[in-house]
Amino acid sequence: MAINVTRRQFFKLGGAGLASSSLAMMGFAPEPAEASIRQFKLTHAKETRNTCTYCSVGCGILIYSKGDGAKNVEQNVFHIEGDPDHPVSRGSLCPKGAGLLDFVHSKGRLEYPQVRAAGSDEWQRVTWDDALNRIARHIKDDRDANFVQRNAQGQTVNHWTTTGFLAASGSSNEAGYITHKVVRNLGMVAFDNQARV
Amino acid sequence: MTNHWVDIRNANLILSMGGNSAEAHPVGFRWVTEAIEHNNAELITIDPRFTRTGAVAQDKAFIRTGTDIAFLGGLISYLIETDQIQREYVLNYTDAALVVRADFGFEDGIFSGYDESTRSYDKQSWMYEMGDDGFARRDESLQNPRCVYQLVREHYARYTPAMVSSITGIPVDTIDRIWRKIAATAVPDRTMTILYALGWTQHSIGSQIIRAAAMVQLLLGNMGLPGGGVNALRGHSNIQGLTDLGLLSQLLPGYMSLASAKEQDYDAYIDKRAKQPTVEGQVSYWQHYEKFHVSLMKSWYGDAATEGNDWCYEWLPKLERPLYDVLDTFERMSKGELNGYFCQGFNPLASFPDRAKVTRALSSLKYLVVMDPLNTETSEFWKNYGEYNDVDPSQIDTEVFRLPTCCFAEDDGSIVNSARWLQWHWAAQPPPGEARPDTQIMGELFLKVKQLYLEEGGVFPDPIVNLTWDYKIPGEPKAEELAREFNGRALEDLTDDEGNVTRRADEQLSGFAELTADGKTAAGCWIFTGCWTEDGNMMARRDNSDPYGTGNTLGWAWAWPMNRRVLYNRASADVQGRPWGPNKAFVWWSSEQSRWIGADVPDFPQQSAPSEGQMPFIMQPEGVGHLFAAQSMVDGPFPEHYEPFESPVPQNLLHPGKERARNNPAARIFDGDRAALGKPEDFPHAATTYRLTEHFHYWTKHAELNAIVQPQQFVEIGEGLAADIGVVAGDWVKVSSNRGFIKAVAVVTKRMRPMMIGDKQVHHVGIPLHWGFTGVAKKGYLVNALTPFVGDANTQTPEYKSFTVRVEKA
Repeated sequence: MAINVTRRQFFKLGGAGLASSSLAMMGFAPEPAEASIRQFKLTHAKETRNTCTYCSVGCGILIYSKGDGAKNVEQNVFHIEGDPDHPVSRGSLCPKGAGLLDFVHSKGRLEYPQVRAAGSDEWQRVTWDDALNRIARHIKDDRDANFVQRNAQGQTVNHWTTTGFLAASGSSNEAGYITHKVVRNLGMVAFDNQARV
Repeated sequence: MTNHWVDIRNANLILSMGGNSAEAHPVGFRWVTEAIEHNNAELITIDPRFTRTGAVAQDKAFIRTGTDIAFLGGLISYLIETDQIQREYVLNYTDAALVVRADFGFEDGIFSGYDESTRSYDKQSWMYEMGDDGFARRDESLQNPRCVYQLVREHYARYTPAMVSSITGIPVDTIDRIWRKIAATAVPDRTMTILYALGWTQHSIGSQIIRAAAMVQLLLGNMGLPGGGVNALRGHSNIQGLTDLGLLSQLLPGYMSLASAKEQDYDAYIDKRAKQPTVEGQVSYWQHYEKFHVSLMKSWYGDAATEGNDWCYEWLPKLERPLYDVLDTFERMSKGELNGYFCQGFNPLASFPDRAKVTRALSSLKYLVVMDPLNTETSEFWKNYGEYNDVDPSQIDTEVFRLPTCCFAEDDGSIVNSARWLQWHWAAQPPPGEARPDTQIMGELFLKVKQLYLEEGGVFPDPIVNLTWDYKIPGEPKAEELAREFNGRALEDLTDDEGNVTRRADEQLSGFAELTADGKTAAGCWIFTGCWTEDGNMMARRDNSDPYGTGNTLGWAWAWPMNRRVLYNRASADVQGRPWGPNKAFVWWSSEQSRWIGADVPDFPQQSAPSEGQMPFIMQPEGVGHLFAAQSMVDGPFPEHYEPFESPVPQNLLHPGKERARNNPAARIFDGDRAALGKPEDFPHAATTYRLTEHFHYWTKHAELNAIVQPQQFVEIGEGLAADIGVVAGDWVKVSSNRGFIKAVAVVTKRMRPMMIGDKQVHHVGIPLHWGFTGVAKKGYLVNALTPFVGDANTQTPEYKSFTVRVEKA
C-alpha cells in the first residue's frame, strides 16, 4: 500500500518517538527521498514563520535558526525555505527568494551607527545615543527656523518643508504607522515611500 | 489587486500588459499557468520585449513603449462598435447611462478647461448633468448624444485599427486577432483578468493607462467577478501597506487626505470628502469620512482632540501645492531649498531619475540620515568610486548619518501583499551588531525631539508634546501595540439606537462600521480595523481551507477591507442578485436568509436586497463603475494617447501638427528638466528599463547567491541595431541619454525587434537596472543616470519606462 507522507508529516512521525531512519526503510519515505537528510539538519532548529521580503506576492517562508533559547545563546538563522501550507506559494520560492539567507547574512549589512562629516571621505563610528542626539538637534534647529505657521495669505498651514522623509515599503505596517505618526506631527509634507516611484 | 493571486486560476483569459510576472512575480505567476493548464485559459502578453511571460503565452504582440492607451482605446471602440459588451452589466453597474454636462468637450487633443500657462485643467465641466432632484440625469436608452456611453464611443472612434497600428507598431491583423479574443469575454460566464505592474505606472500617462484598462473591464463585465479585475502586481513586499497607511505627501492613513492651505474650515474639509450619493439611494461609503477622520485624531491626540477644537484639525500640516512628491522635493533640494532629508530603507541615488541631478541635490543638504539594513549607494553618494560615482568628497558638505536597521528576519509585524492580505511575521534572530528595528529608531528619535521641546520650548510644539505615546517601553513601541492601535478601540462604551451596549470601553473594534464621529472611538487606520480584534491577531491566522473551491481562503491572514478578497464582489451577481453563470458563482443574494452569502465576505451592505436598487461600486457616489472619470483625474475624464516626453516619434499621430497635444498637456515638467530632454535625431533609440528574475531592485546585489547567478550589468539590443552600430554579443557598449551615460556588456538577441512606426523604423533597447557601486556583484552604473525627470500627471511617478538613448560601441 502506497502511503503519501509529506515532509512535514514525516517530520512529525519521526518526532512521535519512532526512529526516522527505520520509517524510511519501511517505505514511508517522502518524495524526494533526499529531502529526508535535510530533516535531520532541521530537527533541532527553531522554526519561525515569516513572509518573503522581496516582491508583493507575499510568499510564506519558514526560517530555521540555531540556538536553544537559553539566555546566553542567540538564535542564528541558517536555513530558509518556502512554507508548504501557504495558499499562494504552497512551499515555492523564486530565484530571488531562494537567496534570502544570503540577504540576512550579507556582507553589506550595517552593524553600528556611523557619521560622515562635511567634506570628509570616511565614516566614523558613533554610539546610538550620540547619533540620535545629533539628529534630534538638527530636526529641532531646522524645524524651529523654518516651520511655517501662517503663509503669505495669512492661512494657517503649520508645515515644515525644509526637511523631507522617504519611508520604506520593505518595512512592516507597524514601522510604517509609527513613522507616519512621527513625521506628520513634526509637520513634514515632503514625505513619500516607494509607491511614489 | 481588485482580486488576488490564487483567483487568477479562475480566469478564462489573462491579459499581461505593462508587466512581466513570470520574472518579476514568479510564484504568483504559477496561478497563471494553473489557469492555462486547468481552466483552459489563454494568456496574451503585450510588451516591447519577448519576455519569459511571453514565452509561455498562447498569443502575444510587441508594442512600442508608452503607447498602451492607443491599443486599449482602439479596443474600447472595437467592443462598442461590434456590440461586444456585457450589456446588462454596462447599463446597470456603470455610468454609461448618465448624462454629462453640455460644456464638457474635447478638441485637438485637449479637454475643456485647459490653461496652457499653468499646464492644468479647470475641471468644472467634467461632471454629470444634475437634474432638479439633485441627482445625475440618466438615459436608459443610451441614445442621448451626451450620455457617457455615446461620449466614450465618440472619443475612441478615432482609434481605428490602422491608427492604433501606426502608433503602437503592432500589425493590424495581430491587433484584430487579440481584440477578438478579448471581446469573447463579454459573455456573462467568461472573465478576463488584467495583470499589470510598473510597465504601466511609470509613464507620464501611467494613471490613464490603468483607467483605460478599468474601462475595458467594465464594458466586458469583468469587475467584481472571480477570474476578473484589474490587478496591480505591486513591487515591494509592503508597498501596498505603506500606501494603505498613507505614507505619501498628500495622504493620511486609509486613503484620507491632508487639507490644502485653502481649506481653513474643518466642516468644509469634511463635507468635501464625505461624498453624498449622486444617484438616489446609493451607499456612497465615503459619506462616513468624518468617523474615520475623528477616530484617527483620537488615536493621535487622545484627550487633546475635542469637538470644540475641531479634533485638532489645525495641527495637521496643510498643503500649499498639490503634491510634495519626490520629483518636486528633489527639484527644490537641487535649488538649495531643503536642509535635511531622511531615507528609511530607500535608495534614491539609485532609484530616482536623472542621477546627476539627484547627486547635486543631496550635495546641497546640511544633513542626510540613512536608515537601512544595507550599505546603500545613497549613504555613500559623497564617496568617489571612479566612473561609477565620480564625485569629490571634499566638495560635499552634507553631514551623513547612517543607522543600521533590522531586516525582515529580525522583527515582528505585518506586511500587506498585492492582494491586500495583512500577513503577520515573527523575528527569527536578533539583528546583527547594534542594528535596531525601525520602530525603536523612530520611537527614540521622537522622544529626544520631544524632550528638546519640553526643555527649550520652540515653534508650535503642540502636536509633538501632545502626541499619544502610551507604549509600555516608550522608546521601543512593540509591533503588537502598534497593530492594536491602528486597528482601533472603543474609548467609551458604544451603544446602539436603543441604548444597548454593543462594545465596552477599551475593547478592540471588530470593524470600521463601529467607528463614530463623536470621539468615542480611536483607530489609526480605518481600513485596517478588524485586523486585531477582541479575538486577537487576525493577521496571524493560518487556516488555508477553501470551502467553495474558488481559491478563496478566508481563514488565512486577514485582508482589508473587512477580510474581503475580491473588491466589488456584489457585481459577480446580476441585478436580481443571481450569479452571472454557475461557474462564476461567488457572492449572491439568499432570499431564504435575506442576506448576501457566498465564497467571499460580501463587499456590500449585507442585508440590502436587490429590490432596494443599491449598486455594487459602493465607494462611488453613483454606486456604479466610472467609464467617465468625472473630476477624479487631473488630465481628463477619458484616457487619451500622448507620446512619452522623450519619444523617437516627433509627433502625436492622433494630433499631427498639434504640438501642445504631443505629450500629456497636464503633466508637470520643470524648466531645467525640459531643457534636458533629448531630440530624436540625437537619441534615436527607444529605451525601457526592466528587472530580472534573479534580482530584486538594488537589494540582491548584496546577496551572494543572486550575485553569482546574475553577476554583471548588461543591456539588451536586437540583431538589427547591433549590426547597424557594429556590435556583436559580448562587446561593451555605451548607452547615452541627454543626461548621462552607462557602459555595459551588450546582449544581442532576437527578443528585441525593430518596429515600423509610421514610416520610420524604431529600435528598442532594454536596460535591466540591478547594479551599482556597493554590494557583492560586479560594480555597475546606476541606470537612472539616463532617465528623464518627469512624472505621471496624477501621481508624479517618473517616466522610467519610455525615454530615448543612443547606443554605440564603447
